[in-house]
Amino acid sequence: MGSLSLQAIHKSFGAVEVLKGIDLEVNNGEFVVFVGPSGCGKSTLLRIIAGLEDATSGAVRINDRDVTTVPPAKRGIAMVFQTYALYPHLTVRDNMGLGLKQAGTAKDEIADRVRTASDMLSLAEYLERRPAELSGGQRQRVAIGRAIVREPELFLFDEPLSNLDAALRVQTRLEIARLHREVAATTIYVTHDQVEAMTLADRIVVLHGGVIQQIGSPMQLYNSPQNQFVAGFIGSPKMNFIEAGAVGRNGVSTIGVRPEHITVDGKAGDLEGAVSHVEHLGADMNLYLDCADAGTLVVRMFGEHHFDIGAKLFARFDAGRALGFDADGQTVDFSWE
Amino acid sequence: MSVARHSNVGSFAAHAILATYTVIALFPVIVIVVNSFKTRKAIFRSPLSPPDGETFSLIGYETVMAQGDFVLYFQNSLIVTVVALALVLLFGAMAAFALSEYRFRGNMLMGLYLALGIMIPIRLGTVAIMQMMVAAGLVPTLTALILVYTAQGLPLAIFILSEFMRTVSDDLKDAGRIDGLSEYRIFFRLVLPLVRPALATVAVFTMIPIWNDLWFPLLLASAEETKTVTLGAQVFIGQFVTNWNAVLAALSLAILPVLVLYIVFSRQLISGITAGAVK
Ligand SMILES: Nc1ncnc2c1ncn2[C@@H]1O[C@H](COP(=O)(O)OP(=O)(O)O)[C@@H](O)[C@H]1O
Ligand SMILES: [Mg+2]
Repeated sequence: MGSLSLQAIHKSFGAVEVLKGIDLEVNNGEFVVFVGPSGCGKSTLLRIIAGLEDATSGAVRINDRDVTTVPPAKRGIAMVFQTYALYPHLTVRDNMGLGLKQAGTAKDEIADRVRTASDMLSLAEYLERRPAELSGGQRQRVAIGRAIVREPELFLFDEPLSNLDAALRVQTRLEIARLHREVAATTIYVTHDQVEAMTLADRIVVLHGGVIQQIGSPMQLYNSPQNQFVAGFIGSPKMNFIEAGAVGRNGVSTIGVRPEHITVDGKAGDLEGAVSHVEHLGADMNLYLDCADAGTLVVRMFGEHHFDIGAKLFARFDAGRALGFDADGQTVDFSWE
Repeated sequence: MSVARHSNVGSFAAHAILATYTVIALFPVIVIVVNSFKTRKAIFRSPLSPPDGETFSLIGYETVMAQGDFVLYFQNSLIVTVVALALVLLFGAMAAFALSEYRFRGNMLMGLYLALGIMIPIRLGTVAIMQMMVAAGLVPTLTALILVYTAQGLPLAIFILSEFMRTVSDDLKDAGRIDGLSEYRIFFRLVLPLVRPALATVAVFTMIPIWNDLWFPLLLASAEETKTVTLGAQVFIGQFVTNWNAVLAALSLAILPVLVLYIVFSRQLISGITAGAVK
């Protein structure tokens, strides 16, 4: 399979600089997820890798070959789009086979590969249908099949699950994970959803403001974010940020504690607050505490507990898990104790 | 569309307005067709009554068939209309694709320049066009007409088609690029089929003024063998005597081909006109 190397990629649209120097190495067979808020340039970066967009400067190398000026069809990539982008006038079979046909692959070979891919994705019975006759989930599977059939060095996914409903999204996510294990192809996957990123990735690349904020495994990002943006972006509910001065701590500007690293106690604790809202999710629950100076804290608890709105409670922080950030938002050494 | 939203009164009013409009729009056409089947006297005595046993007459059609070479005129009109239409659609669609798909310096300006022709009537340039065509030795030929009509039709075609092409999914075109389709294949196989309703709309709006035009045939193609139907019908309009039977018959006949073309395009046209509205 393939490796990918991005070297100092810059991209501007007119006067707007969308990507400000992206360097990245992706190894053979790795599943890398680009995650970041909408509009941060994830799709633009993916399109530059695909060759659909020219970088303003910088180089793209796939398998140690400089492909910066190579057209998309010759880069050995396949791409799955958010909107499926199936050819409306072609059957499922022809949708999957078109790329190979264009590349001059023999008919038998195409038929073979389409059969393998459609078996893998349980699409065998739909091969003669047109995209309009398929459900959203089936269309996305066809789009994935169209990518698999090409046996690319590099799979590119641009928010492939965003147009699916919640149940289908989970199912398709599992399917993509299973496919990656079976095909073991190098994959770049773009999403704005941190849950998708956490569940699928070998490594996550967090993008924001046109630069890479941090690269790491899901648990590295969760446990030791390099800055406040990553800390807030990864994890749900979002990490609580408390102004250090408001709780009498010095040396840092902001303190971050994840909702699941706070416990509550009726008698004593680090901060006192009043219950303002309770959300029950079944297995776990979120508790919103209004603490005078520190603002609203979200506390995540497991199981089912009852709290009255307005009840006074104390929040106790898991001392070793609290993070400190300096005025620039960079993570600094800090201990709550 | 939900039924419950419309009250009966509202629905009745809408239909009344539409019916009134239809009557007003069709009235002159019907008068022309009806009177073309009447004797000259009957045309003037009671222009609104339908022909009966006494007033029915095919004299107009006989005159048209006998005098002048109307089959040739029809043929000329059809050649000019169809060729100009094909050129307008082809070049219009290609220019629209370029404007909507590719980012290049001056894209906006180019779009504005090409759309300018919508507001400036091409007839303002008649003198220059005449000089150019004469210098090129194209007077009187159908080629001259085709060139002028192509230029006349392009601005609106480009304007409408580029709006529609912007709505074609970028992902679809990109998927084609990744699968190795050339830009031409993407244009002809992916984009054009998806803007077919818009093409039909443009076709109808382009075709009718060309078919009906009298100005340019008079100037650029007034030789006997290059006359179009509208120009041919003029032989019956004299300075002192006008052969109304023949004029009406010629005009009635002239409606037919446009009607046929319109029916060909109309199914596409309806969805083209409403496409933007119901989104
Ligand atoms: N073709 C384009 N022309 C101008 N600006 C663009 C174009 N494509 C993207 N952008 C801008 O670049 C930024 C990043 O876009 P994109 O990569 O699509 O973000 P993401 O996929 O992360 O949501 C956005 O602010 C967007 O407006
Ligand atoms: Mg995007």
